[in-house]
Amino acid sequence: MDLRYTDEQLVFREEVRQWLVQHVPAKPLPSFDTAEGFEAHRQWERTLSKGNWGMVTWPEAYGGRGCDLIQWLIFEEEYYRAGAPLRVNQNGIFLLGPTLMEYGTEAQKARFIPAMAQGEEIWAQGWSEPNAGSDMAAIRCSAVRDGDEFIINGQKIWSTRAVYADWVFGLFRSDPDSERHHGLSKILVPLDAEGITVRPISQLNGLPGFAEIFFDDVRVPAFNLLGGEGEGWRIAMATAGFERGLMLRSPARFQQASKRLVELYRSRQHEVLDPFVEESVLRCYMDAEAYALSTYQTASLLCNGGSIGPEASCNKIFWSELDLLIHETAMTLLGARAEIEPETDKDVAELGMWLDGFLFAQSGPIYAGTNEIQRNIIAERMLGMPRK
Amino acid sequence: MDATFTDDQRAFAEATRAVLLGEVTADRIRARWQTPTGQDPTLLDELQALGLNGMLVPEALGGLGLGETDFVLMAQACGHVALPEPVVEQAMVAVPLLVDSLERGLGDGSVQTVLDGVQQGATRVAVGHPINAVINFAAGADWFLLGAGEGLYLVPVDQVAVAPRRSMDPSRRIAEVDFDEGEDFCLARGDAGAELWRATLNRGALANAAQLVGLAESMVEQAVRYTQERHQFGRAVGANQAVKHLLADVAVQIEYAKPVVYRAAYAVEVSPGRADFAVSHAKIAATRAAKLAARHCIQAHGAMGYTWECDLQIWVKRSWALAREWGDDGFHKNRIHEWLLRPKALLGPDFTFGRHSIAEAHNAEEERV
Repeated sequence: MDLRYTDEQLVFREEVRQWLVQHVPAKPLPSFDTAEGFEAHRQWERTLSKGNWGMVTWPEAYGGRGCDLIQWLIFEEEYYRAGAPLRVNQNGIFLLGPTLMEYGTEAQKARFIPAMAQGEEIWAQGWSEPNAGSDMAAIRCSAVRDGDEFIINGQKIWSTRAVYADWVFGLFRSDPDSERHHGLSKILVPLDAEGITVRPISQLNGLPGFAEIFFDDVRVPAFNLLGGEGEGWRIAMATAGFERGLMLRSPARFQQASKRLVELYRSRQHEVLDPFVEESVLRCYMDAEAYALSTYQTASLLCNGGSIGPEASCNKIFWSELDLLIHETAMTLLGARAEIEPETDKDVAELGMWLDGFLFAQSGPIYAGTNEIQRNIIAERMLGMPRK
Repeated sequence: MDATFTDDQRAFAEATRAVLLGEVTADRIRARWQTPTGQDPTLLDELQALGLNGMLVPEALGGLGLGETDFVLMAQACGHVALPEPVVEQAMVAVPLLVDSLERGLGDGSVQTVLDGVQQGATRVAVGHPINAVINFAAGADWFLLGAGEGLYLVPVDQVAVAPRRSMDPSRRIAEVDFDEGEDFCLARGDAGAELWRATLNRGALANAAQLVGLAESMVEQAVRYTQERHQFGRAVGANQAVKHLLADVAVQIEYAKPVVYRAAYAVEVSPGRADFAVSHAKIAATRAAKLAARHCIQAHGAMGYTWECDLQIWVKRSWALAREWGDDGFHKNRIHEWLLRPKALLGPDFTFGRHSIAEAHNAEEERV
């Protein structure tokens, strides 16, 4: 155990910091769930990519820097410290990217990864269906092989970013006689293909952050099959592993939010406060740091050649409940003014963006596998409790 | 940057754990409750042979010269079996305080004598920090490190009045002690004493945090076993989601207490006088995990969980006791609170490990670890 950064890591941090100081937009971008904001965020992805900062862990040949996971954590710390825009292509870079690296052919990597890194192709995800939510193995959306094409029919729902995205990756039933997690395939589909209808769904904040996607005889080349036909479940589990395990919510996000929470608390100390709020502030700060320490532990383990086990399911519960507590506590500190939607710069200075984050935090315990499903996984696979 | 343990550290902890799991069973802990001393002398000899007492003693003083990151997994293993004997307190708290005193040239040779005796397994030292109301196993001690205000005293047993009290945990043989604060036994006072006691408090809180994690892990294992064996409505009680989720919630808290405790061990090893933030965080996180484990595991055992017969009580009561020793939640949360309000506190994602590194902190006022 050596909890000191190496000189090389300190130099790397400084390099990231300097670049961000010069490039992060002075004013926050509009939400990426608006047409204008989406394009602004796409532009930011291009800027990142020009500096080779799109995804630092990827090989240089794909626009990355070949960084290890400790450097990735340092990058993320600086990224959130700088208040840089959220990653509109997170479905691509954090979820599909690692899967492509592991399961994609060389031709697929060459086709999809550079465009993803450069922000030219933004990705949506297509897991859930109206009757396949937590029970993802109930997927019915079909992909029937026809020569060197698949013909896709059915419906996906809760597809994050699908309203403005360019592509969707998803799980489809390629063997019509199959049941449950057999006979599924992971297929990449351009959202401008003929036969696709995207119907936006407004989220709690009124913006269309996700959508329903209807597939009506949509033809995609067999080239877009990721991994083997019928291998979709195994590959999807790998993606879900990345999502839960490490990349989707880096600790820096919560550490930065907790820092702002402490600042808000300091500024409100002269007010009459809910006496329970002090403990919540402490807990948020400590838990964000605990999440960081745990992630450093996991990253070190992976750097040393180890692998992630079923305990990774704890992550999702921990950070999503932490995010709720951070924002609930901020709303408590803002008191009766918490309901006001900030409209002017003065509002933002006074109220921050806590309301926005508070609404978004409600989704954390639901997406990427509900926390109830995670608790089942922990009980059964980590603790060894009986399934039935 | 490497936040993992070495193979050697794991192997040594595993060896200790194997000895403990074989020797420290619930039946044998209950048998100790019936004895006057409450201790198992054979086991103490066996642990002495593993060299635990000398692990944190520098090589120049005849020890192994290891640090808290080497010992923390051992402390966790002692907690896991609910070891009644105060092995962790001795090796991780009393011995380092003797070493600190020796390195500052305190005392008139008595410190060296006592340290040598402890390393040979011939002498027992109990620590009475002013923050603690009682001392565990005071009756078995030959020497006492005692505090009065900022003063630190090394006092032989014949100069100490020991008044035994009964603990809710029958494995803990606690006592209140009293002594005359004479010049003869004083090692340090004023700032020097305060500094030694502050480092000792951090070591004690770390020792308890590590044991609390081990206790919590064991409680969950016991509840998992019980809910597999116990059947109702024609199936194992543990197949019910309501029961699974009780235990999964504990597992999450344990999973996130561990790296915090390990960071505290590192901070204490590098700089015990500046480890306040890391140690308080560790004690709070481990206490939270162990208290939740106690509550949810009693619940998972149903009515059995509320009986004297059920062995779970050994772990539950130890957790409740250790949670309040070496600073309770109120003490440690106040330390964190005070730190977070400092104008110069280093907050945010780039300061998880202090300014660049713990060892190179420039300003104690800002230092977070």
